[in-house]
Formats: sequence, structure tokens, C-alpha cells
Amino acid sequence: MNLESIPLQAFLITSSILFCIGIWGLLNSRNAVRVLMCIELMLNAVNINLMAFSSFVDNNLIQGQVFTIFVITVAAAEAAVGLAILLSLYRNRVTVDMESFNLLKW
Amino acid sequence: MSIAVSTQLICFSLLSLVVIIGALGVVLLESIVYSAFLLCGVFLSVAGLYLLLNASFVAAAQVLVYVGAVNVLIIFAIMLVNKKEDLKPIENLNSRRIISTSICLTLLSLLIRVDISKVWVLASPNNSIGEEATYRIGEHLFSDYLLPFEVASVLLLMAMIGAIVLARRDVMNQDISTGLPVDQELIEKTKEPFLIKKN
Repeated sequence: MNLESIPLQAFLITSSILFCIGIWGLLNSRNAVRVLMCIELMLNAVNINLMAFSSFVDNNLIQGQVFTIFVITVAAAEAAVGLAILLSLYRNRVTVDMESFNLLKW
Repeated sequence: MSIAVSTQLICFSLLSLVVIIGALGVVLLESIVYSAFLLCGVFLSVAGLYLLLNASFVAAAQVLVYVGAVNVLIIFAIMLVNKKEDLKPIENLNSRRIISTSICLTLLSLLIRVDISKVWVLASPNNSIGEEATYRIGEHLFSDYLLPFEVASVLLLMAMIGAIVLARRDVMNQDISTGLPVDQELIEKTKEPFLIKKN
């Protein structure tokens, strides 16, 4: 496949926009489940970057794809543990409002 | 796999539009359930982008792990914690919004500036490995990435045990600190929360 057709910059810009949307949601959402979703969005943006570089810059050794697989693994583990923490928080506080989780605030 | 250039461009623009609009929907929509299903669409379109980048194995892994596992997990979590609650209004919400939006826009402009201004040294597409990528990934995983591969299995085991320990209900019949009997009701039933501020 001729990779010159879609420029590398297009992939990078898409992933930058996705990453910034993720950060915005992380800072602004009140629901803890939405915060976890935003973390997944940011991890996906990073993955798009890795895949684009692996396919445009390193298209013979494709180490970026191996890294993407490891990132997907870590993201799955993170989602499982994050949602378990969320469940036990909900059991103790009966809310998922991020503003009420302020036990460590001084 | 060789597709005509115009088809590739159309596919890329459609997929990236779906990714960006879906991500905006995930962040901005009021209902968390709609957000979860839009997140599924975002993951699928990211898998499509991987297919455009000649990576069929990673695209399949993305669909299996993200759409099949992570998204289902998120929907289950929404089902377990989905309680209609009136959020307390927070003061200086507007200034918070303005500060966070400006931070994000600044970061976005910086990233896009770097993306556009840097000249990347591209490899020639002639020695692209193309459809052999899956074999090459297998070789990597069992030669130079063997240690991370094995550590990843330990990580998954730890995450599994940790998730079970964190999410299960108390099975002791009295509380350790207070000595009171622990109620074994389902979490959906009402009970007195013990960490809520009393004052």
C-alpha cells in the first residue's frame, strides 16, 4: 500500500485532538465512570501515534505495533482495577461524584 | 492489501471524523450510557485507522480487548453505579471551565505546531513489511520483547486478583473497627454510608 497518500501529520493531528479532548474530559467531568472513559480515550490517542510512527518511520521492524499491544494490555488491566476501585468507592460513599472524593484534600 | 489513494483518503477522513465527534460526545453528553456506546464507536474507528496503517493484528486486538472487554466492563460498571443524583453545584465553575479549556487549547496548539513544523524522516514504503506484520510481531514477542511479554502476564494476574479483592463485598460478619455486625445486603439496597461527612 502506498503510504505516501495519507500524510503522517494527519494521523498525528487526529491523535493530538483526541488526546486534548481526553484531558478536557478528565478535568471537567463529575462522573467517575466518565473519567475512566477519558483515560481510555487518551490511551487510544497515544496508540494512534505509536502505530502511525511504526508504519511511517519504522515500517520494517514495526516495534511500535509491539508497544501498542503492551499499551492495550496495560489499559485493560487499568480499566479492571479502576472500575473495581470505583465500585468500592461507590459502596462506601453512595455517590460517583468526583467532587465528593476529597478525603486527601488539605 | 492495496486500496486506491482516493478511497484511503475518504476512509481516513470518515474514520477520524467519527473518532473526534465520538470523543466529543463521550465528554459532553449528559447521559453516561450514551457516552459508553459512543466510546464503543470511537474504539471501532480507531481499529479502522489501524487497518489503514497496515496493522491487521493490532486492529483485531483493539476490537477484541477494547470493544469486547473494556467497553463491556464500563457498561457493567455504569449499570452497577447508575443512580440518579442531583450533583451539588460547585462555586467558581465558570473560572474552572475557562482555565481547563485554555490549558487544553494551549496544549493542542503546541502539539499541532510540533506535528506540522517537524520534518519527519520517513522510511521508504518499498521495504514496508505490509501483511507480514503479524509474523514480525510474533518474532518480536518471543525474542527481544520476551521479558515485557512475561511481565505483562504477571501484570494481568495481579490486576485480576486486585480487581476481585477490591470489588467483592465484605464476607466477615462483624466490622473489624467497630465490632458491629456487617450487613450483607446487596449494595443496591439503602444503608447508612459510613464515610459521608456528618457535619
